[in-house]
Order: sequence, then structure tokens, then C-alpha cells
Amino acid sequence: MMWLNILKAFLMGGFICLLGQILINLTHLTNGKILVTFLIAGAILQAFNLYQPLIDTFGAGASVPISGFGCSLVNGAVEGARAEGVFGAIKGGLEACAPGIATAIIFGYVNALIFSPRTKKK
Amino acid sequence: MDKKTEASNLSVKEIQEKSKIKSYKNDVKKTLYMDYVFEQSPKSSHWKNMFWAFLIGGLICSIGQVIIDLFVQGGVETKQASMYTSCILVAVAACATGLGIYDKLGRFAGAGSTIPITGFSNAVVAPAIEFKSEGMIYGLAAKMFNVAGPVVVNGVFVSTIIALIYLIFGV
Repeated sequence: MMWLNILKAFLMGGFICLLGQILINLTHLTNGKILVTFLIAGAILQAFNLYQPLIDTFGAGASVPISGFGCSLVNGAVEGARAEGVFGAIKGGLEACAPGIATAIIFGYVNALIFSPRTKKK
Repeated sequence: MDKKTEASNLSVKEIQEKSKIKSYKNDVKKTLYMDYVFEQSPKSSHWKNMFWAFLIGGLICSIGQVIIDLFVQGGVETKQASMYTSCILVAVAACATGLGIYDKLGRFAGAGSTIPITGFSNAVVAPAIEFKSEGMIYGLAAKMFNVAGPVVVNGVFVSTIIALIYLIFGV
């Protein structure tokens, strides 16, 4: 059972990254634009309640890519809106994603203090 | 020194002339510089890129799935487990960026290392390390969200708009 979950996650995660690579190959978008594009794609899919079924089926295959981040933003905002109205809608998105962003900030800060920039070798 | 400057002057003139000829011939504004860029930029086949993106992206997601399954076995709810997992992946990727491992991975994995949540973490940590020399506040802290800032801004904006639309139409 566990191996099946891992295989499903591998296939879906690989597929989403493959889509991204095709997009890069065709348009030469930079990393930041790719991240934003997939985030918004995930958010809009979830607006029509299409992304959560993917997460339910493929697990980490759909939740680990940045589109899963967009999905959880929308989920948080919509849940907040249902519970507390306008202020919930404003609060909910960031609340849902705060752990990931905060971890990135904390570990980023610590790593930046420890390590110094490397010269890029060709 | 004189010879060098002469040579560089000559080459600049040559380049200008050649680019003129080229643009005239092809009727396209294609300068010699662009030719040079295309020559120098590494040629990698699309199929190879796509293969590596699929493999590495899939591997990162399956590592995530292993961590989720371990949490679920330990009695954590699936939703919570997936949140903890993204935190762990972000933390690991931040350390891998600091050690310079993630950069090497990204060179051949392309989108396979960008699109998973680890790519977001890399986008936060890499500029933070790079711009440390410009000071703690305007260097490290400000540049940290150079790439990740747009992601957060767009995400919050779009998700709030969607939630407000849900609210207005009462779905």
C-alpha cells in the first residue's frame, strides 16, 4: 500500500515538473515566473475545486509542487471566508501557508549567517 | 597594452560591420552578439531536460510521500502531515542550498528542482546568501524575498480575490 502511494506521488510530481520543463523549453521563462505561473494555476484550479481531488488521489505528488501551495492558500482563504466573512478571507490564505513561509525564512536566515556565497563554476 | 586595445577596437568595428551586413542580408535585426550568445549558451536537448525534470521532480515528491506516510503511521491527520512535510522539505532544501548541493541539482534538473516546494525554499535562501555582503538588512533580509516575494504577493492576492468571489456569490 505504501509503495503504491509512493509510485503515485512519483508519477504525478514528475508529470507536473515535466509540464514546467516543457514550458521553460518553449518560452525560456525565469524561475520566479515559473513559480508564480504554477502557483496561480494551482489557485485557479482549486477555485473550481479541481485541485483538492488531485491531492486526495496522488498525495505528495500534487501537494509538494508549488501549485499545491496555491491550492492550500485558496482553501485557507475560502474556509476563512466561510467562518468569519471578509476578514476571514483576508486572514485565511496566509494563515494556511504560514508554516512553510516561516520555515523558509528561519532556515534561510540561519543558512545565510553560516554560509558564504560560492563562486559559480562552469 | 597598445596591441590589446587595438585588437579590441578592431574587433568592435568588425562586429559592428558584420552585424550591419547580417541585418541587411537577413532583413532581421540579428546582431553578431546574439549569435555569440547562442554559441556560448550550453546546448542541452529538450528530451534530456524533460527526462531529468520528470525524474528529479518525481523523486522529491516521493520523498515527500514517504514523510507523509510516516507521519500518518504515527497517528497524525493527513492534512497536518502534509503541512509538516512541506516544512521539513523546505528546511532540508534550505540547508542543501547553503551547502551548494541544490544548485548543482538545479543545473540538470531544471523545472524538476524549481517547481516542488523545495524550489521555493531555494529561491528564498540563495539570494539571502548571495547578497549577505550588502549588509544584514538591505542585503540579506531585503533580497531574501527577491524571487519568493512575487510568489507570496500573487498567491495572497489571487486567493483573497477567489475567497471574496465565493463570499459574494455565496457558494
